[in-house]
Amino acid sequence: MASDLMNKMESMTGAKALMMAMEKEGVKQVFGLPGGANLPMYDEFARCDIRHILVRHEQSAAHMADGFGRVSRKPGVCFATSGPGATNILTGIATAQADSAPMIAVTGQVPVAMIGRDAFQESDIIGMANPVVKYAFQPRTAAEIPESVKKGFFIAETGRPGPVLIDIPKDVQINEAEMIFPDEFKIQGYHPWADPDITNVEKAIDMLLHSEKPIILAGGGTIISSAFAELQAIAEALMLPVVTTFKGKGAFPENHPLSLGPIGMHGHAEANKMMAEADCVLAIGTRFSDRSVGTFEEFEKRLKIIHMDIDPAEIGKNQTAQIAVVGDVRSSLRIMVKLLLQRAIKKTEETPWIKHVKETKSYWKENLKLHPGEMGAAKILRKLRELLPSESIVTTEVGQHQMWASLFYDVIQPGTFFSSTGLGTMGWGFPAAIGAKVAKPNVPVVDIAGDGSFSMTENSLATAVLEDIPVIVFLLNNSSLGMVAQWQRTFYNRRMNGVDQGHCPDYVKLAESYGAQGIRAQSIDELDKAIKTALSSDVATVIDIPIDPEEDVLPFVAPGTSLSEMILPS
Amino acid sequence: MWAILSILVQNKPGILFKVTHLFRSRNFNIDSISVGVTDNPDYSKMTITTYGDEKQVEQIVKQLDKMIDTVKVEQLDEHKTVYRELCLFKIKLSNASDSMEINKLANAYGGKVHDVKKDSIMVELTATPDQIYAFEELAKPFGIIDMARTGVAALQRGGT
Repeated sequence: MASDLMNKMESMTGAKALMMAMEKEGVKQVFGLPGGANLPMYDEFARCDIRHILVRHEQSAAHMADGFGRVSRKPGVCFATSGPGATNILTGIATAQADSAPMIAVTGQVPVAMIGRDAFQESDIIGMANPVVKYAFQPRTAAEIPESVKKGFFIAETGRPGPVLIDIPKDVQINEAEMIFPDEFKIQGYHPWADPDITNVEKAIDMLLHSEKPIILAGGGTIISSAFAELQAIAEALMLPVVTTFKGKGAFPENHPLSLGPIGMHGHAEANKMMAEADCVLAIGTRFSDRSVGTFEEFEKRLKIIHMDIDPAEIGKNQTAQIAVVGDVRSSLRIMVKLLLQRAIKKTEETPWIKHVKETKSYWKENLKLHPGEMGAAKILRKLRELLPSESIVTTEVGQHQMWASLFYDVIQPGTFFSSTGLGTMGWGFPAAIGAKVAKPNVPVVDIAGDGSFSMTENSLATAVLEDIPVIVFLLNNSSLGMVAQWQRTFYNRRMNGVDQGHCPDYVKLAESYGAQGIRAQSIDELDKAIKTALSSDVATVIDIPIDPEEDVLPFVAPGTSLSEMILPS
Repeated sequence: MWAILSILVQNKPGILFKVTHLFRSRNFNIDSISVGVTDNPDYSKMTITTYGDEKQVEQIVKQLDKMIDTVKVEQLDEHKTVYRELCLFKIKLSNASDSMEINKLANAYGGKVHDVKKDSIMVELTATPDQIYAFEELAKPFGIIDMARTGVAALQRGGT
């Protein structure tokens, strides 16, 4: 036994052990930016098979790792140096935490003996990151590194996924130690799995069967656990209309007759209307965010709630559930599918409720007033949908364009739409698209963007060009911080402050200056050609689409009001 | 409601910070906290008392349980638990009779008297927070110069 262990041990530096441990986890690439405190790690790139993808700002490295993680469901890895490098990735870590995305962030730290002395480029990143990570490690000796990495990956990708930070002091990277790469390990206080309670699933079926107006609310957890087939089987067997949260957008094919689209602040009119009329909801993998449900009190007062989630702390946090099923939602839904089959439940006749749902849906399809111009958001995004293959991956930035994407870009293949929905991080979409393209190089990847948000990480064009990662930036350009402008028009009597971005920069020239392709599209015809050119191009493309800065995102549920009090286009 | 939480954690640096940070970031209040290593040096036991409605306390327990460094989180039933706090009072002596009065008071509460000086006296009390509060009210008229409390330590009654 002891000699076995001796055979497994190998003497090497902490930095080498880090790379070897990551290779063992299947890491193929790292998004990052070097600096003084992580130089020993960077020195190892020359001696291993892991590809390094250089960014121009560490926040983008984190978003790339996040995008990679959401698409591949394996943690993406980002590297940053100590001090400002580490604080720059914090926004990216917080974004991943808010949206339960698996990620490993590795930061350099000043040498152990310098910690706490306010050294050059020292920041207490462990202390700062604590509330926004799933877990954080700071190995104080080189020998701790392999196990920290192993545990870090395990924690990041199991249960409710999230970001893990590994902060490694520079001397710990340099020091040599006898390394053991463990196959087995124990994390005592970590219980990521729970077996769903079958009795409660049974009760949930009965509650749905005995409700007059039942509905399914699919959240982001449905996408994380890939419960697409199970969700569809249940919706069809019980003939339940399906709404989603914004994070759950595309958990259910949006061209399905039972699909109503996302609810919430900028939800589809038909989805909000039906959610407001329903009497029982099967809520899957959702935290009932305020953006989704409006007012908490009104929502739970009116509805019987069946809540399925992997995180027991979500049960009862924002909404009180009558029936709770804790566990991976795919497993819970599989049990439900099995029970429905056993009990031979398969509805074929439309209930008055489902008839009403379908009527409401077709009413809003015909009667929602859209921007009258040729280049209204709906027309632009529907053109994109028409030309994009269904397996394409779409990310979004944060702002009006994001909500228009939610309203007018239908996700047909489940799990192909990603957005910063929890933290709402401007600048997320473009680097996340790059990460997504690295995860799935053979499908088109499009960042639906606005000019305000894209400006924040536009220098990732350098990464896209130099690293040959041809994504498409689909830029709805209203030369302003459009969502803030909309709030100022709506709630501040048109007192516009701090929202005008002018026509600066020229995004076509900007793209070209990076060696990317820039195309301006000022009509639907030009847009048609631009999308086709971008799709057949092997270089990153920015399609700059000037739009009306006065166009609002409607419908709109004002903060603090309920879904039934939706503001509609007049 | 007042709740006593007993939290077994890994005995590692930074855990106290994480636990207290959780209370702050989730908008919960810490009424008192006491921490010490257990018979197994791998673990520390934190006893935290807090106020909140039933739903809030349930959330606190769940969020604490979710923390990877916590091994076991329990909400203790006040009626099935022995819970005590140690408090030191430094009380002013103004009249000749004060010393005797305070001695009597301390005895009535099972306290001990230390460090009797010409103008002050120190009382050590190990009791429930309610009893400490009651003693404090009675000591106030004499003039409390200073006081220090340890926070509650608690163990459930019975064998397990």
